[in-house]
Amino acid sequence: MPAIKAEGIYKVFGRNAERGVARLHNGDSRETLRADGLTAAVIDASFQVDDGEIFVVMGLSGSGKSTLIRTVNGLLEPTAGSMQVHGQDITTLSPKALRAVRRDRISMVFQHFALFPHRTVGENAAYGLKVRGLNRSDRMAKADEALRMVGLDKWAGSLPGELSGGMRQRVGLARALAAGTDILLMDEAFSALDPLIRREMRDQLIDLQQQLGKTILFITHDLNEAMQLGDRIAMMRDGRIVQIGTAEEILNDPANDYVASFVQDVDRARVLTAESVMEPPAVLLGADQGPRMAHKLMRENQVSQLFVVSRDRVLRGVVTEDDVAAAVQHGQSDLAGLIRTDIPTVTEGTALADLFGESAESRGALPVLGERDRLVGVIPRVTLLNALSTKGSEQEVTQ
Amino acid sequence: MSLWNSDFLPTLNVGQWFNNVVSWMNDNLGPLLNVIDDALTTLNDGLTDFLNWVPPLIMVLLLAGLGTWVRGWLFGLFAVIGLLLIQAMPTADLWPEAMESFALVLVAAVIAMILAIPIGILAASNGIASRIIRPVMDLMQTMPAYVYLVPALFFWSVGPTTGLVATIVFAMPPGVRLTELGIRQVDPEMVEAGHAFGAPRRQILRGIQFPLAMPTVMAGINQVIMLSLSMVVIAGLVGSGGLGEPVYQGISNLDLVTASEAGLAVVVLAIYLDRLTSAFGDKSAVARASRPRKKAAATA
Repeated sequence: MPAIKAEGIYKVFGRNAERGVARLHNGDSRETLRADGLTAAVIDASFQVDDGEIFVVMGLSGSGKSTLIRTVNGLLEPTAGSMQVHGQDITTLSPKALRAVRRDRISMVFQHFALFPHRTVGENAAYGLKVRGLNRSDRMAKADEALRMVGLDKWAGSLPGELSGGMRQRVGLARALAAGTDILLMDEAFSALDPLIRREMRDQLIDLQQQLGKTILFITHDLNEAMQLGDRIAMMRDGRIVQIGTAEEILNDPANDYVASFVQDVDRARVLTAESVMEPPAVLLGADQGPRMAHKLMRENQVSQLFVVSRDRVLRGVVTEDDVAAAVQHGQSDLAGLIRTDIPTVTEGTALADLFGESAESRGALPVLGERDRLVGVIPRVTLLNALSTKGSEQEVTQ
Repeated sequence: MSLWNSDFLPTLNVGQWFNNVVSWMNDNLGPLLNVIDDALTTLNDGLTDFLNWVPPLIMVLLLAGLGTWVRGWLFGLFAVIGLLLIQAMPTADLWPEAMESFALVLVAAVIAMILAIPIGILAASNGIASRIIRPVMDLMQTMPAYVYLVPALFFWSVGPTTGLVATIVFAMPPGVRLTELGIRQVDPEMVEAGHAFGAPRRQILRGIQFPLAMPTVMAGINQVIMLSLSMVVIAGLVGSGGLGEPVYQGISNLDLVTASEAGLAVVVLAIYLDRLTSAFGDKSAVARASRPRKKAAATA
């Protein structure tokens, strides 16, 4: 069962909002509705978030993403559609039952932190537990634990006003974590922070998510942030979800021109991984083959080095042209002493940005290792450079 | 029909209607009016008796001490000088009258706030209520204060209750208005945070909205107290006691000595209460939290 499942969510503001939904169904545009005083903030949004996933909704201001996230915990009631949280349709719940869902299932982190200035950091972090009715010592202990996770346990007695922006948002995060819910909604949670702090917070969020396995629905207008955080990303425009996919799917196969123009500026080096640019190796040398075979393969394929693999494709090392030539001259019959093992390797998940250093150290292509050190592909230097140029910039060149 | 006179308009006996309403209330709500009378008289007399039971010099020290604690020694010094001045002036019974005015102000202001805060909360949480309450408050505050004395005199004749009720009606509006304003001014994201964690409405009001509105509510309390004080003097006209009595004595006898000394005593009380209550606003948790603290710089 997915943690969150949204089906055909509409949110129209204005009088007679249901009529607006019917008109959207009949093909009326957002603009014609606006002329009648109806604002269609979210139109026919469907998506699902799996347990333990970071799902990012990315869109510019006015795209409806903040409205969408508020329909997930019922702060806004969708005009149409169903919103299931752990299989329970929250659009049909009574206010009391809805409060229980918010208390026990979903917590939220806000763009401007929304910390209570008259309460200490510890009391802020304990807020969700206070609402649950935990006694003071229990909830303060749990709040301390959450504050420790975000590195602020020493500040429990301070007031939020004494903390920097980044620290305040960590308190916001601690408040959501302390509540002990398995779903976290994060509404532009890092957007108000300085770029450097933002990156730090993202890394911390990823760490925490891996430790705690929370399901996170993250809203942002920053595509780089979306790509770095999101297991999957939903791109929103004018109230509609225009594409849902992994960062790589969206980068490499944008659903329309809008998404394409968006991803043009993305720092591809941070988003793409070795897996997405690697090529199948043109030729491999078996560990039980000899120098003559190696020499032949090199000549035929015009390469100066060969990767040596065992029968189950585990990478053993590399042999180079010079070593092979010498061995052939000496009449050596096996590869003993020829295989160099001190070569840089990368894994499928290594970000492109981290490949450059490795590539600089290696003379030929970079080997990419999968499970149990099996060779799954190679990245020649030329491929690495090509991967960084976007489709958009290629068009510019040809024009 | 001519445009030069308004003979064509029907005669609207608005005043007569009010008169009828008040007469009806006087005839039919007797028990309720008696309860109000008893309660207010008991409160006011009790507090007045207590304030006058404390020896005047001890009272000066107590009030000055409170002032020093809330605002600082300079204000405490002012309190000592001002309150001793009241005792030093020769007009008869000036100090007991001042204490009686003090009691009237406190009782009126406390009751006005007890009524004003829930009304203000209602106005803040409900648009329709707000649209109804606002003009009523405008009416209550702009109606010349003396007018309230008339129906009150009908109900309770001369005495402290008449003065107190007129004072409460006149002084309540800023309490309502500033409570509503304070709650409406609370950052909507804070309220949303409360909702997002599943807090019920009442808990959000008590734990988030009201504390955050506190500095503005305190400004409302300050306004209510100041209006009460101005009204308490007017109430002296209907035998409510306090500093209003020597003031009217001074007016009716053209006795500048008595009038100016009583007036000065009112000024001292007014300044003391104003500075004291405005400083209470700064002492609320929210106001404290919004001030930069030295401790933060030291530990950062």
